[in-house]
Amino acid sequence: MNLALKDIRYNLGRFVLTAVGIGLLLMVVMGMGGIYRGLLREATLLVESIGADLWIVQGGSRGPFAEISRIPSSVEDRVRTVPGLTGVRRFLSHTIQREHGGRQLRMVVQGLSWPEDRGQWIPLVAGRPLSQAHYEIVVDRSLGLELGARVRLGKDDYRVVGITSGMVGTGGDGIAFFTVGDAQAIQFDVPAEATRIERLLRRGRVEEHELGRLTPRLLDRAVGEAAGIPALAPPPVSAVIASVAPGADPAQVAAEIARWPDVTVYTREQQIELLVSGMVDKAKRQLGLFRVVLVIISTIIMALIIYTLTLDKIHDIAMLKLMGAKNGAIIGLILQQSLLIGGIGYLLAWWLGNYAFPRFPRLVVIEPGDMLVLAGVVVLNSVLASLLGITKAMSVEPSKVLS
Amino acid sequence: MKNPADTLAVEALSLTKIYGSGNTEVVGMKEVSLSLGKGEIVALLGPSGSGKSTFLTALGLINPPTSGQIRLGGQTVMDGPKELVDVRAYRRQHLGFVFQKANLIPFLNAWENVAVAMELNGVPSSLAKERAMELLEYLGVSDRAANHPNELSGGQQQRVAVARALANRPSLILADEPTAALDSYRGRQVMELFQKVAREQGAAVVVVTHDHRSLDVFDKTYEMEDGKLSEGIIGSHHTSSPR
Repeated sequence: MNLALKDIRYNLGRFVLTAVGIGLLLMVVMGMGGIYRGLLREATLLVESIGADLWIVQGGSRGPFAEISRIPSSVEDRVRTVPGLTGVRRFLSHTIQREHGGRQLRMVVQGLSWPEDRGQWIPLVAGRPLSQAHYEIVVDRSLGLELGARVRLGKDDYRVVGITSGMVGTGGDGIAFFTVGDAQAIQFDVPAEATRIERLLRRGRVEEHELGRLTPRLLDRAVGEAAGIPALAPPPVSAVIASVAPGADPAQVAAEIARWPDVTVYTREQQIELLVSGMVDKAKRQLGLFRVVLVIISTIIMALIIYTLTLDKIHDIAMLKLMGAKNGAIIGLILQQSLLIGGIGYLLAWWLGNYAFPRFPRLVVIEPGDMLVLAGVVVLNSVLASLLGITKAMSVEPSKVLS
Repeated sequence: MKNPADTLAVEALSLTKIYGSGNTEVVGMKEVSLSLGKGEIVALLGPSGSGKSTFLTALGLINPPTSGQIRLGGQTVMDGPKELVDVRAYRRQHLGFVFQKANLIPFLNAWENVAVAMELNGVPSSLAKERAMELLEYLGVSDRAANHPNELSGGQQQRVAVARALANRPSLILADEPTAALDSYRGRQVMELFQKVAREQGAAVVVVTHDHRSLDVFDKTYEMEDGKLSEGIIGSHHTSSPR
């Protein structure tokens, strides 16, 4: 006869409520770990998906994911000359927040190096990759844009031609893939009045310069488009990325580029490491500490519940001792209940988590390894939590039955 | 009337219990001796605080005496406060208890309350259930076997408690005011039950009681006063002096 199960069946309501409470606590513990895993995956998703082996960024910077990185577009042409590289392309990424359809639309604007990169590597759930140099976008489903929808950004409208899923930036915002040209247009878009003022100022600067006085035609050029002025550089990009050709040594190729003083080169692993050790590390420690605190809280709560359940049974335990029950039978009664509460709470947490976590605004990733560790923690918790009750039960004298 | 035992079930030899020490010293019982044969049923009378429960718990190996010896089935099990056997195992195998309150385990039903005593003693579940049902039948509560204690009347609970006390075929049953919470009719029934158990099962039974109306069921009555035991003479129901 299993006394623990008999007691549970008799006090089912209280037991279920206790297990639900513990289950919710464990779900939060599980969720904390899942949020960290989600942060990690979101942070590295783009770097992993884009598949580049080398990241050439602004000299001395840690790359576009850690800080502002701006390098001239011309770096792309220089990189193309380095032997052992393939798939060299520009990388442009920045976050914008605009109003669309009466709501705030926050997205990562990701430039694809048209025409080499049309976004064929993006896992689509609907639509197609980009098929023209301008005014098309592929968006992540989390942005809530429908296929064929038009989004006004800057002075242009962009049509959604493809929908992807799970493609979010390091901050958890959905990614929208444009061509690099469009991405730059969005990034450097200024109001028409600002452009007019800048052109007038430019003309003024040229007029005051000796060169302007000697070459009056320059004044006409000065008030024209920036792209028509050779002295003005085209808009910069965040980085240039490249893949190492089969048979080439990535370290050797990277070392070759690293000799250029105006850029810094990182391998994919280094770029990921920078991401993880930078923006994710603090979040990891923060969430880790919360998990520890929650585990301690759940242990204390479980211990108090088990202790209370034991106190409720103290007279029965004394009676069992009077009847000659061995200590093992009494310890078993308390320990089994503690383990059952922990176990059912764990299963409940797993079930609730599977239902709730996909509905969270940020990615929550529950990995089997984490679940196994948590299971171990729950078993340990349950044992620790039962100690208080067991100690109390062991100290009860059979003569308490007479009182 | 008399039911002399062939062999001794229990012997208490000069049991003394002293609580506290120095100025706070209280003598719970003093030089109490009693011998009880198998199948013998005796009543223990006396006012509150006279030492009845102290004596009963000492015999039940719950509350060890300060000095004196307790022998069960001819074996010395306590020598003063010193335990000469595993008292918990001894209680499990040889003793049965019934109290004023039935003290049934609330989360077990009637037959489980009886069977648990056997299972704790290593009896397989199926056998324990079978015997539990037999005992409940014997005590007239088999129709309530599946009911939990809160679904039983006081008398039914006490019958289940008696069944539990009998579960491991104890050589000694100790009952502490088992009818105090019952009306006179049900109290009488329980007392007769003890008599029946003593006669039919051959167990020695010691009952602490204040209920003078049922003393006719006992072979002997003893009185305790100020921690001392003496043979009581109540009506015609007395027998030999303490052995």
